[in-house]
This record gives sequence, structure tokens and C-alpha cells, in this order.
Amino acid sequence: MSNSMEDVANAAQAALIIGSNTTEQHPVFGSMLRRAVNKRGLKIVVADPRKIDITEFAVLHLQQNPGTDIALINGLMYIILEKGWEDKAFIEERCEGYDEFKATVKNYPPQKVSEITGIPVEKLYQAAEILSVNRPSAVIWAMGITQHITGVRNVMSLANLQMLLGNMGKPGSGVNPLRGQNNVQGACDMGGLPNVYPGYQPVTNAEAREKFARAWGLKVESGKVEGSEANLQPSTFNLPDKVGLTVTEMIPGLADGRVKALYILGEDPIMSDPDTAHIRHCLEAADFIVLEEIFPSETSPYADVLLPGVSFAEKTGTFTNTERRVQMVRKAVEPVGDARPDWWIIAEVAKRIVAGGGRQIAEGPHAGWDYPDANTIMTEINALTPSYGGITFARLEQGKGLQWPCPTTEHPGTPILHTKQFSRGRGKFMPIDHVPPAELPDDEYPMFLNTGRVLYHYHGGEMTRRASGLMAVYGRPLVEVSPLDAEKLGLEGQQRVRITSRRGSIEAEAWVTDRVPPGMVYANFHFPEASANELTIAALDPTSKIPEYKVCAVKVEVV
Amino acid sequence: MAVKITIDGIPIEAREGQTILQIARERGIHIPTLCYHKDLSPTGNCRICVVEVAKQRFLQAACVTPVWEGMEISTHSERTVRSRKLTLELMLANHPQDCLVCDVSGSCELQDLAYDYQVEVPKWGSKGTRYVADSDPNPFVRVDFNKCILCRRCVLACGEIQVRNVWGVAYRGFEEKIVAGADTTMLDARCESCGQCAAYCPTGALTDKMTYGKGRTHQVTKVTTTCTYCGVGCQFDLNVKDGKIIGVTSNPDAPVNGMALCVKGRYGYDFVHHPERLTRPKVRRYLLEGQAKPKQISKSANQLWEWVETDWETALTITADKFRATRDASGPDSIGFLTSAKCLNEENYLMNKLARQVVGTNNIDHCARL
Ligand code: SF4
Ligand code: SF4
Ligand code: SF4
Repeated sequence: MSNSMEDVANAAQAALIIGSNTTEQHPVFGSMLRRAVNKRGLKIVVADPRKIDITEFAVLHLQQNPGTDIALINGLMYIILEKGWEDKAFIEERCEGYDEFKATVKNYPPQKVSEITGIPVEKLYQAAEILSVNRPSAVIWAMGITQHITGVRNVMSLANLQMLLGNMGKPGSGVNPLRGQNNVQGACDMGGLPNVYPGYQPVTNAEAREKFARAWGLKVESGKVEGSEANLQPSTFNLPDKVGLTVTEMIPGLADGRVKALYILGEDPIMSDPDTAHIRHCLEAADFIVLEEIFPSETSPYADVLLPGVSFAEKTGTFTNTERRVQMVRKAVEPVGDARPDWWIIAEVAKRIVAGGGRQIAEGPHAGWDYPDANTIMTEINALTPSYGGITFARLEQGKGLQWPCPTTEHPGTPILHTKQFSRGRGKFMPIDHVPPAELPDDEYPMFLNTGRVLYHYHGGEMTRRASGLMAVYGRPLVEVSPLDAEKLGLEGQQRVRITSRRGSIEAEAWVTDRVPPGMVYANFHFPEASANELTIAALDPTSKIPEYKVCAVKVEVV
Repeated sequence: MAVKITIDGIPIEAREGQTILQIARERGIHIPTLCYHKDLSPTGNCRICVVEVAKQRFLQAACVTPVWEGMEISTHSERTVRSRKLTLELMLANHPQDCLVCDVSGSCELQDLAYDYQVEVPKWGSKGTRYVADSDPNPFVRVDFNKCILCRRCVLACGEIQVRNVWGVAYRGFEEKIVAGADTTMLDARCESCGQCAAYCPTGALTDKMTYGKGRTHQVTKVTTTCTYCGVGCQFDLNVKDGKIIGVTSNPDAPVNGMALCVKGRYGYDFVHHPERLTRPKVRRYLLEGQAKPKQISKSANQLWEWVETDWETALTITADKFRATRDASGPDSIGFLTSAKCLNEENYLMNKLARQVVGTNNIDHCARL
């Protein structure tokens, strides 16, 4: 998030919530937004094919057809330009690429946009007006925006909208993606990505490679050796300079032999990846899979080694939330049985691989693997990650967490990004065109499937399906079907339905509700016996490689 | 605008619009409260915070009375103390006398006030229970209206913090009671099971069902930590007794969420002690016997594919040897690392270091995309 949650809830005059079921996926932020509506009249516009809970608190609900977000945003921007509501000074001072962008937006007049999105023209005008008149306005989104083949372009569209309205770098504004899992932000920040080291230092950048090579005791490409390092035994190994594979490439890579072994830490691809049947086939082809987990997950049947890690309650360290706030996680109970903290396990594996030889590691300030605790690891992170430079356990123990960038131990942290300029200097408007989803309904598979989570469960359900109270309230998979479709299908009450896509089929109980529009069903991926991912399509965004979970075509039958 | 007042004879400058309670708290002057909570709108209905104001016939509720120029306030005059005692006596007269077995004994604000003011249950009071204890089927919030003092904090917590408006007040006089929706069950009244109402309830009327009977406040160790579920990053206190988590309580100092939590954060903790937890490393038998990996593993009834529990040394050595052999035979890019959006920053850093430094590949990712 460019801004913090409290800031959006306190200072935004209007908010566009698009592709985020905020009250169910980020419930406490959802209730902060409801409070803002109640207390100070925050005006919310929701753009979502489903009538999600937060629509009750919205002044306007736009029910766009699945996968038409770009057309919708372009349409709103067309109206903003037509009415002269753009922030000319902001665009002039802070942005570039405006003319080319404008030319593209001109191709999205309201009538055309209405046809693509299914939203009536007058609602488009209302939405544009609400967001323009009530500034600063914030845009909030989640996976409903990113999980499309156009995910990256959807996000760029929203950035265009916010730059056009001058909604950047000030309280109550900004681009605010809500991260799904508790530490997605941290996993990205810490280099858990194929293209960057910790702190988003690119692996393709020679300077960054040199920095990490020196720290980690590998061969320094430039050959420059400084001072005392001259005496060290040099390594002959480089850090790789080529971007690695994403998860959505790695797993299929097992089937075609590019990838032979996998180290999976606390993830459950069988539940969380698209097109489960294909994932099974891929995992089965692996030479070797080590799975570090707290439960025998749905992925464990494919693992060769299972290493028992621990839950958040059994270890000390940090998580980084969706607003870049790093906070302490503290050990409350001893690990169960002989389970061990995951950082200990990873270090022990590393030590043994290094000891086996084959890829020599020289001395270096951070080359070793002896970590008595997580604090020692954080000290290494401080040294190598500029944005985390001043985020130490000592400071976190005292305060309210720290929002990065926080380069030094004197720095107070950064609640709002881009106040003076964008990270790349000027904000670049990108001309972006609508592209339809990879798979649309047809005669054989006539309905849209939309997927996601519900309030009472979390991701693949590994933890929440083992929480007794949560199961008492939501103990079995439900598929949302609209009343109109229920009638067409001859569905009476809570009967079972079979949902089939080109990739698989599931059976689950139907929940007839007007939360979904006619022509769409909604399923979650919390339960292995009927996981939506048996049905989803592994069509990827070309840049982010994020699968299009939010749209595919299915047929529905009463069982 | 400054307003000159005195509290218990001390001259004080307050700001216009401040209530007596606000300025008193600012200056560290104690006025007892019960229905008041700083996060919620003051209602002035419990009458515990009454103070005496010179030249006023009636005692004033400090939480709702704004200061005025020249106001002379006394917080512990004989009259106020007598009034508070009487108020407490009336509350206790309708209250079960079961502090001995009550879950919130030790964290109950009514009990604390009774102690402070040395008020006992009056002889004429407490004619047995009026309501069924544990009257609501909600799996998280335990409802026992026998202990309710009608302070309405639950109504405000649900209405103002959670903004769900489940609770209301119904009936009149002695019959007055708190109801969910149109006097139905909480879930039917669209409760989201966030537990805010229980967290703000000053008595044992609304408590956490999962914690019931498992330990009282003085028996637990509280450890402040960050939620393991979504990216909001709420903080709360894990309540630990005998090495087990028996509950979660709000920590008012939590930077993102204050007292607020959602159902997963507050009540989704028992997976930690679930019997299915993995407690020892396991490896497939073929690895121990130096055999090749069986084909078609998903359908395998093959003995070589059985799990065998091992010690750490065995499992770690097998893992490291396999990775090293794969790296040396097929190159670093034949290995992939899926790091975890559920694990610590420190652990993600180490996975990144393991992939890049030790194995020599950039094949590392996690389910941000998923
Ligand atoms: S649990 Fe939450 S939603 Fe339910 S009644 Fe209490 S405050 Fe309201
Ligand atoms: S249930 Fe608790 S919070 Fe609600 S009115 Fe009764 S005592 Fe007050
Ligand atoms: S308590 Fe709920 S809203 Fe808060 S971090 Fe946990 S899951 Fe998210």
C-alpha cells in the first residue's frame, strides 16, 4: 500500500474498492472502512461482479462483467477528461507519457464501456463524479484485480486513474493493494522472488550482484578486491544473473524435466495453485520434494521428506503487513514434539549442503549460517537491505512497528510513499487496452466461475480447517448460485451441485444467494473435497505470471 | 478556549467541550467508570462516574458532562461515594454470586468496583438466575445475561467498532435486556463472530466460549504477537497456561487494530495444538534403503513409499545430499524454492540466501501470485 490503513480510513473522502472483498478478506480493515462511512461519511464506490458485504456501505455498486476492469477504468478516465476533472498541476509536475495515454483513453466512450462492462452509462458518470468531487480518494484492491491475465495492466490502469486525479503521495489517497496472506509483503521484501534480492535489488543488476557476492562469500565479477578481503580464499562461483522461474513456471517445469527438485516451505500447491489435476501430475514427476510444514497438507503425499516446522506461536521474528509495517512475532509456547523453527531448519539444510562441497563459499561478512536466533538474521537483513536498514528488534520491541523504507536506526519509518516523487522519478501514464479473459462462457460451459475466500477460512484451509470454532460456523464447502440460475437449474434450497470446467469437476452444496449475479457461480479453495482450483485455468498474466483465478467457464448441474 | 475549573480543590485549565472525565483522566485524577470506554461513545447510563458539582442539585455523570467556566468538581465527596455504593448494590442485587467459579474473576470491572467500594451482595438481592446461562449457540461468544449490568458497551462495540449492529436493548423496566437482532441468535442477527462485544463487556455476561473454564487472567501469561492470517497485521495477546494457548485477548496498544480483531485472529488459534501437527521428521522408506524412487507415487501402495519417522540428523542429511547431488548433476536451475508468505521475514531471507548463495539459482518464489 502506498498509504497506511489508518490513513485511508481517516483521511480519504472517497474510496474505490475494486476486486477486494474487504470485510471478509481483510476484516479489521473492512470494519475500519465501515466506521469511516458511519462516522465521517466516507463515500465508497464498489466495483465487483458480486454483491459483497461492503456494498451495504457503498454509495454506488458497479457490477462489471468479469475481466473487464481495464475497460471500466478507462471509461471512468474518459469521463474525468470529458468533464475536465483531471489534476492538471499534478500531471504537469509529477508525471509523463500523458498524451499517448490520453489517446488510448479516448477510445473508451461511456456507451462502448457500458457494452463491455455491462454497467449502465449513468452509473459510470456517477462513479467518476464521486471519485473526482470527493478528493482525496483512495483506490483499494486485492486479488480480484491481480488474478487475471491482465493483472499487471489492471494495476497500471488504477495507477493511471490515481495520477489523473492527483491522488498520490498525500493522506487519504494512493494505490492500496491489500496483501492476502499475513506475510506476502515480507516474503517479497526478503527476496522471495525470482528477479530480486531483498529490498527489490534486481538480480540482473551487476552492482547488486557484486554487493551480495561480497557479503555471501562468492566470486565478485568485477574482480575488484578490497583491503583485507585480498587474503581470503576466493570462491569461483558467481551469483546467477538470469531471472529465475516463478511458482507458476517451476511446478510445470517438473513435468517437462527443467526442474527436478523442490524445497517447499509452508505452501500447499495442491490447494492453492490453478488446475489441480495438472499440479498433481507435475508434482508426481519430481525427483525429490522436501516439504517443510506444520500439518500433513494435501501436498504431502507428493513429498519425499517432511520436515516439521512450527506455527507463528512457537517462534520469534517479524512479519510485514500490507502497509509495509514490520511487527514482532513472539514465541508464546514451545514447539510441539520435535518440531523446530523454520529458520533453524533452513540453516541446518544450508550448512549441510555447504559442508558437502561442490560450490565453494569463501569467507564474507555474511557468508556463514550460524544463527543463534532470528535477531541475528535481522541484523544481516539490516546490513544488506537498505529499506530495512533501521528496522531492528530493539526498536520493534519498544514501538508500534516500523513502516519501510526505514534506512537508518534514527529514521521514523514511512507511512505514506511517493510524497515528493515516485520511485522512478516521474509517474508514467501507461496506455492500456481492454483484453477479454482467456476463457469465456460458451454453449458447453455457459457460466462464469469466480473464486476466492470466505470470512471463516484462510487460503488452502490448512489451519482454519483445524480450528474447531471456525469449522462449526463454516464446516463444508459452499458454492454460491444466484436465485435466477437456481430456478433455471431446478435447484431447491441447499442441494448439491456439480460444477465442471474443461479441467476438472467438483461437487458441493449450493448456497442460493443474490451475492452472485446471474450467470456466475462462486467457489472457494478452502476444502480439498471440493476445491475451486480443480476447475480454475492456468492462464497466466504474461508479466506477473499470476493465474487467472477470477474467471473461467463452467457448467453447473444439480446432482 | 480555556475553561478554568477546579477538581477536588485543584485549579485546572480545561479546553472548552471537554467532559469532566476527559480532563480528569488527562490530569491523572481517578474517577471510577463502568459503562464508559474510551473507544466508545459515552452514554452516562451506569451512574458510577457521578461527581458532585458545586451549586448543582443532582450529581453529574462525569463521562457526558462538559466542563464550564468556574465549575467546582469533587470526585470523592461523601455524597458521590454513597451514590456509587448504592448503584453498585443495585447491580449486585441482580447479579449471581458466583465469582468463585466465574471465568472473568480478576478481570471483571464490576468485581473491582465492588472491592474498591467494599460493597457486598445485599441480603435482599439475588433471587436466583433469570436467564439460561450459555444461551446462544454462537461457537465463540458465550452469553450469560444473568451477569449483564445493562451497560450497553456490547451494543456500542458491535455498532461503532465492528459496525454490524447485532446487539440492541429490548423490553422495559425489570424486563429490560440485551438482545441480538429481534431477540434471535447472534448468527441469525448477522453476527460476524469478531468477539468485539465480549472484549468490551466489563463483566462475565459476554465471554470467550473457547476459553471458558480453561483459566483466569491471573493464571495466564500474555504474549503480544502478530496475527498469522491476513495481511492487515493485527496484534493481540496469546493467553498461555501450562504451555498451551487457551485464548486470545485484545491488546489496546496494537498499532493497526487497537482492540478490534476478526474471527480468525481471535478464535482461529486452536490449530496450534491440533493432534495432526507434524512432530517428527519423516522420510520415504526408499531414501533410507538407498533404493530408487518408486514410479507413479500417487497410486503407490509400494512399501518403499511409506513414511518413516526419523531423527533430525537423518532427515537433514538426506535433504542436503539430494539437493547437492541434483545441483551438481543437473545444474543449480534444476532446483526450485517455494518460500512462504506465512513464514517470518527472517525465514524468507534465509530461503533467498539458500537458493542464491548455496545452490546458485534464482528459482525462488512464493504464493503472492496465488
Ligand atoms: S461477535 Fe462481533 S459481530 Fe458478533 S455481536 Fe459481537 S461484536 Fe457484533
Ligand atoms: S452484555 Fe456485557 S457489555 Fe453488554 S450490556 Fe451486559 S454487561 Fe454490558
Ligand atoms: S485478526 Fe483478522 S483482520 Fe486482523 S490480521 Fe488476523 S485475520 Fe487479518
